[in-house]
Amino acid sequence: MRSVSIIGAGCTKFGERWDDSLRDLVVETGIMALEDASVSGEEIDGLYVGNMSGGRFVEQEHIGALISDCAGLSRLHVPSTRVEAACASGGLALRQGVLAVASGYSDVVIAAGVEKMTDVTGGVAADALAAAADREWECFFGATFPALYAMIARLHMHRYGTTREELAEVAVKNHHNGCSNPISQYQVEITIDEVLRSPLVADPLRVLDCSPITDGAAAVVLAPTEEAKKYSDGPVRILAAAQASDTLALHDRRDITTLDASVFAARKAFSQAGLAPGDVDLAEVHDAFTIGEIVAIEDLGFVEKGKGGRAVSDGLTSIGGEIPVNTSGGLKACGHPVGATGIKQAYEMVLQLRGEAGKRQVEGAQVGLTHNVGGCGGTAIVHIMSR
Amino acid sequence: MSTVPRFWRHIPQRYNLVGTHCKNCDEYYFPPRTICPTCRRAARMEDHKFRGEGEVVTFTTIYNATDDFKRQTPYNLAIIELSEGPRLTGQVICSPSEIEIGMRVRPVFRILGKDGDRGIIYYGTKFVPAGGPI
Repeated sequence: MRSVSIIGAGCTKFGERWDDSLRDLVVETGIMALEDASVSGEEIDGLYVGNMSGGRFVEQEHIGALISDCAGLSRLHVPSTRVEAACASGGLALRQGVLAVASGYSDVVIAAGVEKMTDVTGGVAADALAAAADREWECFFGATFPALYAMIARLHMHRYGTTREELAEVAVKNHHNGCSNPISQYQVEITIDEVLRSPLVADPLRVLDCSPITDGAAAVVLAPTEEAKKYSDGPVRILAAAQASDTLALHDRRDITTLDASVFAARKAFSQAGLAPGDVDLAEVHDAFTIGEIVAIEDLGFVEKGKGGRAVSDGLTSIGGEIPVNTSGGLKACGHPVGATGIKQAYEMVLQLRGEAGKRQVEGAQVGLTHNVGGCGGTAIVHIMSR
Repeated sequence: MSTVPRFWRHIPQRYNLVGTHCKNCDEYYFPPRTICPTCRRAARMEDHKFRGEGEVVTFTTIYNATDDFKRQTPYNLAIIELSEGPRLTGQVICSPSEIEIGMRVRPVFRILGKDGDRGIIYYGTKFVPAGGPI
């Protein structure tokens, strides 16, 4: 297998982009990534796009061909593949792209992600997202996505003494980070008190514990590491691309407070990279809900099981802490256009590892980890990358 | 919510909590599974009707629901561990202040939803506190 590097990256502004369609977002991010990689187009021999639910959100399927067409690649007849793993669709696209280049089957590949979520009403969007859970045995009985994470939170609080305030600290930190990220949907500080006073969604989770509905797209360009310097002055090397699955329904899990898919994906990733959690300088993790970040830092091995809440309130995961988490603002503040999130995480990591993250730069960042979850843990994808 | 066949095919499971039991490893499954994840090809599956008594493993109260469930908010949703071992997701009918982890529950037959005034009525199992009224 060949070593693979990211030679260019782009990401649109995240938010409610009412003036722009799915196609507009894809084109915008594609141009940014190709310019960054100094690639003209003819070199591209593969395209992977993560998209959770074009069918439900914009009534458009066949996203693979669509984005190759919009990107002006139709006359080159480049193979373009849409992949789906709910909120992990972007991470999946990145991993498929990495596999294509690593295997030698392709040389220059675009891995992209896109979701256009605000063309439907909130109720339709919530139902489309709920399709990431078990439609027959969870949603049929009234489960929503926040409800599933709320049940994880409830048991985590009961078993480990995690507090309501510690959950709020995740949102406060990620909003703070989002303030120095120009693409972030929310660039406003919030307080613990504001989180605790926001309306209940699914007890104990409140509005400010939840990631928002977001439009956005992101793209990275991949190439064999040995040729990466030809395109880029600051290529970022992919040290590991790991993926794991688990039961679709939360009730079937070995442990409700652990995402075993994250544990297994992380274990595989660290073994591929020959590294340990202590070697990682910063991480972008899947904080679709505040409890998600607490569980993630435990499952990825950064802190012991049950100590995640305390770690956040102690500042361990803040910029300047031992292991800064979600410097981009995370899904919570930067926004969560589901199919784009996994690629946006890679985009943030590229900026950090190149030292181009501005005010939110983690000093001396050498090794970064990204963690993208589908549903409430049916899929987990972990990438480790370095300068 | 869905078409008649989609609901119809799950009536035994949703009305009467019929799941499966693997005779090879003696594990019980609800919702039913065709393949036992422990034994896989060696599995010997049979139907099993669960009593429906169980315990709340974790729960939430939903205030913001999808369009289908909007009219029912707030409602309690829980993961319930049945006495035979498997876990399922279901609603628990009681006050949000009453439900707690470890609470014993028993099943009741209820309407789960409707497709408007003239559409399908979806029946199925909900749960109530074990000592409470029917």
